[in-house]
Amino acid sequence: MRLLRLAVARLAKMVAVVLAIVVVNFLLIHAAPGDPASVIAGQSGAADAKFVAQLRAQFGLDRPLPEQLWIYMRGVLSGDLGMSHRQQRTVAGLIGERLPATLLLTGVAFAFALAAGIALGAAAARRAGRWADSVITVLALGFYATPIFWVGLMLVLVFSVWLGWLPSFGMNTVGVDLHGWAAAADTARYLVLPSLTLGLFYMAVYARLTRASMLEVAGQDFVRTARAKGVPEGRILRRHILRNALLPIVTFAGIQAGQLIGGSILVETVFAWPGIGRLAFDALLARDYQLLLGVFLCTSVLVVVFNLLTDLVYLAIDPRMAAA
Amino acid sequence: MIRTFFRNRGAAAGLVILLLVAAMSALAPLLFPFSPWDMQGAPFAHPGEDGFLLGSDSLGRDVAAGIAHGAYVSLLVGAVSTVAALLVGITLGAVAGYAGGWVDDAVMRFTEFFQTVPSFVLAVVIVAIFTPSLPSIVGAIAVVSWPPVTRVVRAEVLSLRSREFVQAAEVLGRSHASILFRDILPNALSPILVLASLMVASAILLESALSFLGLGDPNLMSWGYLIGAGRSVIRLAWWMSVFPGVAIFLTVLALNLVGEGLTDALNPRIARQR
Repeated sequence: MRLLRLAVARLAKMVAVVLAIVVVNFLLIHAAPGDPASVIAGQSGAADAKFVAQLRAQFGLDRPLPEQLWIYMRGVLSGDLGMSHRQQRTVAGLIGERLPATLLLTGVAFAFALAAGIALGAAAARRAGRWADSVITVLALGFYATPIFWVGLMLVLVFSVWLGWLPSFGMNTVGVDLHGWAAAADTARYLVLPSLTLGLFYMAVYARLTRASMLEVAGQDFVRTARAKGVPEGRILRRHILRNALLPIVTFAGIQAGQLIGGSILVETVFAWPGIGRLAFDALLARDYQLLLGVFLCTSVLVVVFNLLTDLVYLAIDPRMAAA
Repeated sequence: MIRTFFRNRGAAAGLVILLLVAAMSALAPLLFPFSPWDMQGAPFAHPGEDGFLLGSDSLGRDVAAGIAHGAYVSLLVGAVSTVAALLVGITLGAVAGYAGGWVDDAVMRFTEFFQTVPSFVLAVVIVAIFTPSLPSIVGAIAVVSWPPVTRVVRAEVLSLRSREFVQAAEVLGRSHASILFRDILPNALSPILVLASLMVASAILLESALSFLGLGDPNLMSWGYLIGAGRSVIRLAWWMSVFPGVAIFLTVLALNLVGEGLTDALNPRIARQR
């Protein structure tokens, strides 16, 4: 019962945040230079005042602002994000087409960062004060200070330009007809550099967090008890220390979902990865504000959904949360 | 306190790097007495060739001159947007922590909202819509970087307001504003200072990312712009994207080191343990 109430409260909060994002989006559309009517009029070459006024009436731009907000909200909630007048397609359609590529990239980068980060952090905690420890500290300090798009360019320089090992551009080989496993393997080769770029920074962050958290847990009484009972060291590390040390990492990973998606704009731009980040960059170049704001709305909703998922994971690994 | 700061070798090195970058920016008009946008020689000259210390770009512009002149934008945007974010963050945090009740609730909901929205995407959208210029870039960075300040200041105010010296001031009948500005905030200064040094670092990273995407001020040379210009010709001219990135890396690293040094110097308890 308590769990249900908690879930309902979380869902209500999520809905409130999404509604607030829709309102912000609406306000930003109105702050953008040139309303859709004048954009269309400009493109069709007929800029006479009567035509623009007619278009305004058609889009409801002559009505009071609150009424426009209501119309806009109704549209968004039914999945209508407006039209990209440059591409002559619906914004929702364009985003839907590009979303899987972004989810693949961020998903792989996140999984890599989490796995490698925890492994590195655990190794460092086990040998606190020795070389693995300093390596992580230096790595984390370095990645905190490096622009993510520059990391991408340097990886391209080393692995595609100098060594020629991996492709640096796009998502699959152009002009080859591949199916099944061959196609997947092809895409995987293209995925290596972008996901490394996006994941390396977070790997360093998680490694640092894991190390700190594990050292803290390792000093607690129940660990000493386990050791006194004669539990083997490896088992203590995995079952007693690591499991308890994972909680802050899950919390942190949830908070960072937004940054991961923000970073994907830069990474997709560097590697011409055909996801919504690249879509946003193209929208920037074309001054296509409807499309840009659609991407903003979509990424915000993604973050909210991801936060909800982290909450659920948290409940699953720490039953105390439900009781609290 | 100053001695603790300089005992941290990283922090001292960071401060030296920062001073060097500031000096480079100040001396840029003397070192490279020409516009960084102007052609100075053959295009795609390798570093050291043709009188170009760090090579030239696709239009024969001097990369070293671009880096020296570009330091100005990074430092300016880093400093100004941090000050703006601090003003908003400290005000909101102080009000929320001091007033409590529904005001606190409302401010924290507002803050949480800004922390949920993906900050980089929001910054991109703001700069794009208000057209790229120095004020819009500074504004966008400030808009996405105030929430942590609010959280820290609120927590500090909450813990300070129940202390005896604040209660004494209340009993003396001093006004809320006077207590907040004269007693509470000065005591909350050290975490704010540490946060500010890290905020300048992330503001510089954000600015470089924006100008990399072509959202820099079109009249000002910047490091991110240089990397963005080098992106499409990386197979021909590696130096165009490598050196500006090194400049960003060193500056941001220096700021982070200074931030760590400040943490140690301002928290004597932790510093003594080391």
